[in-house]
Amino acid sequence: MDKILEVKNMAKNFESKMIHKNVSFYLNQGETLGLLGHSGTGKSVLLRSIIGLEDIDAGEIFYRGNRIDNLSEKQLYEVRKKISYSFQNGALFDSVNVFENIAYPLFEHTRLQEREISIKVKEILKIVNMEDAISKMPSELSGGMQKRVGLARSMALDPDILLYDEPTAGLDPMNVDMVIEVIRRFKHQGFAGILVTHDIPVAKKVCDRLLILKEGVIHFTGTIAEFDASEDIFVKTFHIADE
Amino acid sequence: MKLEGLRENFRITGDIVLMLRECIACTFSRPFYWGRLLEQIIQLGIGSLGISIVIGTVTGLVMTLQFGYGLERFGGTLYVPAIVSLSLLRELAPIFTSLLIAGRIGSGISAELAAMNVTSQIDAIRALGTNPMRVLVVPRVIAAILSLHLLGTLSAFCGILGGFVIAKIEFNIPFGFYMNKVLTTIRLTDVFGSMAKCAIFALIISLLACYRGFQPQEGTKGVGKATTWVVVTTSTIILVSDFFLSKILILMFN
Repeated sequence: MDKILEVKNMAKNFESKMIHKNVSFYLNQGETLGLLGHSGTGKSVLLRSIIGLEDIDAGEIFYRGNRIDNLSEKQLYEVRKKISYSFQNGALFDSVNVFENIAYPLFEHTRLQEREISIKVKEILKIVNMEDAISKMPSELSGGMQKRVGLARSMALDPDILLYDEPTAGLDPMNVDMVIEVIRRFKHQGFAGILVTHDIPVAKKVCDRLLILKEGVIHFTGTIAEFDASEDIFVKTFHIADE
Repeated sequence: MKLEGLRENFRITGDIVLMLRECIACTFSRPFYWGRLLEQIIQLGIGSLGISIVIGTVTGLVMTLQFGYGLERFGGTLYVPAIVSLSLLRELAPIFTSLLIAGRIGSGISAELAAMNVTSQIDAIRALGTNPMRVLVVPRVIAAILSLHLLGTLSAFCGILGGFVIAKIEFNIPFGFYMNKVLTTIRLTDVFGSMAKCAIFALIISLLACYRGFQPQEGTKGVGKATTWVVVTTSTIILVSDFFLSKILILMFN
């Protein structure tokens, strides 16, 4: 399998606090990798570091074989069109409506006409089951709805890799199923993803491999079967969460 | 502790200079967000129109009243139009309008950007492959510069007209005489000097407000802190820099 993303010996500190130490992993084309860990272990920081929203202190990050951690902010704009990040809180632009939020990257980076953008936005909204909210302002949406619109916006440019930051947290079971379906759909189109979640059943449903962070280092990495079969005490705490 | 504070101030100054450099680079390269610029001109400039007119007019009224009665004792009432118009145009209109704008749009910009920062919207702009400097800062800075120098001039004009009302009512100075004195006193360099001052103050206000809005915030409390910092800092810088700008303008044009 082709490695689409590779992180080698990454380290990240916030002032004197160590967040990551020697973190190495890879992501194959078309694969979805689940990133687990207790709160505060730096899962979101790891995703943010991949697309350069956070600087790393050591190590290397490669996208399609090209090193990206040492790129300038301007060069990273190109990378971010291909590696999209779905924010935990949606991070919608609160001064514009849902349509404009999703259309924003399309207006910025494509040569599509307004009519084509409108069609594309409607299609994306249909995927996340939010087509009725097209003209609503973010303040009129619930937290879960904002999250789904945020997910829709991150898919707008058809990225190669989608980084999902807790996409199902705070959603009702029906919407969790919808998000699972979206991730699966994205995966079936051959795209890769990294899913940060605390929801083990969700991770098991959509991920090919799991990676568990503990105290800044990767404690476990393996397939779902390997995860289920693991006798490691720390990994077992996640089994409990699954039950 | 003092050394620490000094170092911090140098760091902030350095960051703002770098921000200005990037802002200039973004202004003269594509894409340029004309729509956002227009939106900001409406919000910052047209939104401040009414209050600028009021400030200018009231300043003109008070100045004429004070100078009129003050100079009357020395038989100098006829100098009122010249003194009022010159002081309004050179100093009071740019300063008062800028201080007002620092309070109104400076705090508005920093609060808006700080709130966007807290809710990860600025990160979202970056994550979507666009430059927040280009999207958020450049339109605000240019809109502030374009708006403030016009607002300052308008404020001075209203002050001069307001001054005439008091000059007529209180001191019976006829309109023709008043305007003749105003027009023979004011030179074009005074108007340009006033506009230049306002433009520089607008740059200070908008840049500092954007800078503070972009800094990491301590939640919603940080938003309040950011706006306070912007109003206090920009007001102080405006007042201090006004002295030096006035000196430079006098050296250049007198």
